[in-house]
Amino acid sequence: MNLFSLVWNYLKARPLNTAINIVLLSLGIAVITILLLFNTQLEKKITENARGIDLVVGAKGSPLQLILCNIFHMDFPTGNIKLAEAEKISRNRLVKKAIPLALGDSYQTYRIIGTSSAYADLYKAELAQGEWWSRVFDVTIGANVAELSGLKIGDKFASAHGLVSGGHDHDDHQYVVVGVIKKNNTVLDNLILCNVESVWQMHEEGEHEEQHHEIDSSFVPSRLVPSVAANDSTKEITSMLIQYRSPMGAIQLPRFVNSQSSLQAASPAFETARLFSILGVGVDILMAFAYVLIIISGLSIFIALYNSLKERRYDMAIMRSMGATRSKLFISILLEGGALTLFGSIIGLLMGHGVLVLLSVMVDETQKAGISGFVFYPQEWVILGGSLMLGLLCSIIPAVQAYRVDISKILSGN
Amino acid sequence: MIQISSLSFSYAPQSTLRFPDVEVKKGENILLLGESGSGKTTLLHLMGGLLRQYSGSVKVDETELSMLSESSLDKFRGQKIGFIFQKNHLINALSVEKNLAMASYLAGLPVSTERIEHVLESLGLAEKRKSKVTELSQGQAQRVAIARAVLNKPSIIFADEPTSALDDKNCNKVIDLLLNVASQNQSTLIVATHDQRLRDKISNQLKLQ
Repeated sequence: MNLFSLVWNYLKARPLNTAINIVLLSLGIAVITILLLFNTQLEKKITENARGIDLVVGAKGSPLQLILCNIFHMDFPTGNIKLAEAEKISRNRLVKKAIPLALGDSYQTYRIIGTSSAYADLYKAELAQGEWWSRVFDVTIGANVAELSGLKIGDKFASAHGLVSGGHDHDDHQYVVVGVIKKNNTVLDNLILCNVESVWQMHEEGEHEEQHHEIDSSFVPSRLVPSVAANDSTKEITSMLIQYRSPMGAIQLPRFVNSQSSLQAASPAFETARLFSILGVGVDILMAFAYVLIIISGLSIFIALYNSLKERRYDMAIMRSMGATRSKLFISILLEGGALTLFGSIIGLLMGHGVLVLLSVMVDETQKAGISGFVFYPQEWVILGGSLMLGLLCSIIPAVQAYRVDISKILSGN
Repeated sequence: MIQISSLSFSYAPQSTLRFPDVEVKKGENILLLGESGSGKTTLLHLMGGLLRQYSGSVKVDETELSMLSESSLDKFRGQKIGFIFQKNHLINALSVEKNLAMASYLAGLPVSTERIEHVLESLGLAEKRKSKVTELSQGQAQRVAIARAVLNKPSIIFADEPTSALDDKNCNKVIDLLLNVASQNQSTLIVATHDQRLRDKISNQLKLQ
């Protein structure tokens, strides 16, 4: 027999009250946990995916769409740009690195990206098996693609036109898997990478021209796609990712790009900040809702303790007569409030993680976005500590009352 | 065991209760008689250390109660004194056994299952050990309260109106039981009551006006 057992028995003696207090608090805590896990992972994901990319240059349209499409591979392309125009920008002295992207096809919803090896380097990708793509129609696939589509090295597949399943298949050519990239928790996990020429040839159904084999003394290879001439006027790409050589780039390049009639430049940092400020409203409302739940549960705990104390005045007095000190009673009430919030917050944290685990199992998008319920953040200790504080705060007034119980007056009846 | 001299107590500045000097020896039982409002319960609470701000002297077991600090008085009470009240005041959230265990724990004594079993058995409650307090009859509840009061083998047992709500038959049973357990545990029994039926049971009497 000790105080813990006493408190436990008191909680057990009022199961409904105890349950409602725990449920109320745990719901609030669960919402906060879900928001914390979701937001933190999403933000981390976004910064990881946008790292090293200072500017995205593409066709005119929504800058947010340009970023979503070309960095996160979530939205549709804004259109194509001329390789020659992109080439001009890539030769600007403020550009350190320029990576071409050619989008348009997919395989089982996994996007096929025509690009250069610099794209994989950007994410510090490493091979799990096989090799990097080198020839036309060679592809190296991301870890999730390999896992979920079942593609292996040596497999051939026809791509579908468009970025959603159900587009018409390009049956003339087939891609060959030559390598699988190690899982590195970036967008690469969900992508199929090949060279730009593969994407071009896939779409030039029938016409096989290998122009640059003609001897041409004025041939200057493109920086972006070395197999074609820098001044080629027919080839198009979807976009170009740019890394600045110096901070001056941030000032001059976007203006320079946007002044060209057919191009637009979008900054990932700026656009993602804008995206978060749009999403932030929803998050704030949910957060406020969670805090309201927590405050209500705090009140409910306070009222429960306060009321039960009225019923327990005799218990208190009797315990004092049996030798309990004032501080023992004081502590027992604090323990009761603390126990309620401890259970509530632990259950809430588990619920939060559980919901995300369920979500990632049931919703493919969550899994693709790499959001997991099995991640723990130090902020969860803050949640736990905070709710314990709440428990103590709510029980302090009842505890003081218990401390002040006038034993003689209560025991003499009346 | 108990010495009281020139004791008075005030609930309010205008009304002061004065008590006669009393001395109770070890193993002696005493009946405090008096009408309602005569100060029986107050005297009982003073002797039991439930009330502190008195003038005069209350010595229990050679200890002047007003000299003890609040927490040492709590401990003193827990270890040396057992209380039985008119209402049983068992803790409803706990089982019979845990109600008894609480008495040892709160007094700062080790909880002994054998002692609990022994005391329950001697009061005919052996099979009620695991029962909920709310499932007991009133008579059983009163016996549990008595068991709780004697569990720590207190030097003194204070009983405040233990029989006034009972019929003659049960009244006799309870007072006999009290006298019996008090003598078994070598405790001094002090009963405060206005119940005239108890006059024949305890010869040593103190009448409060």
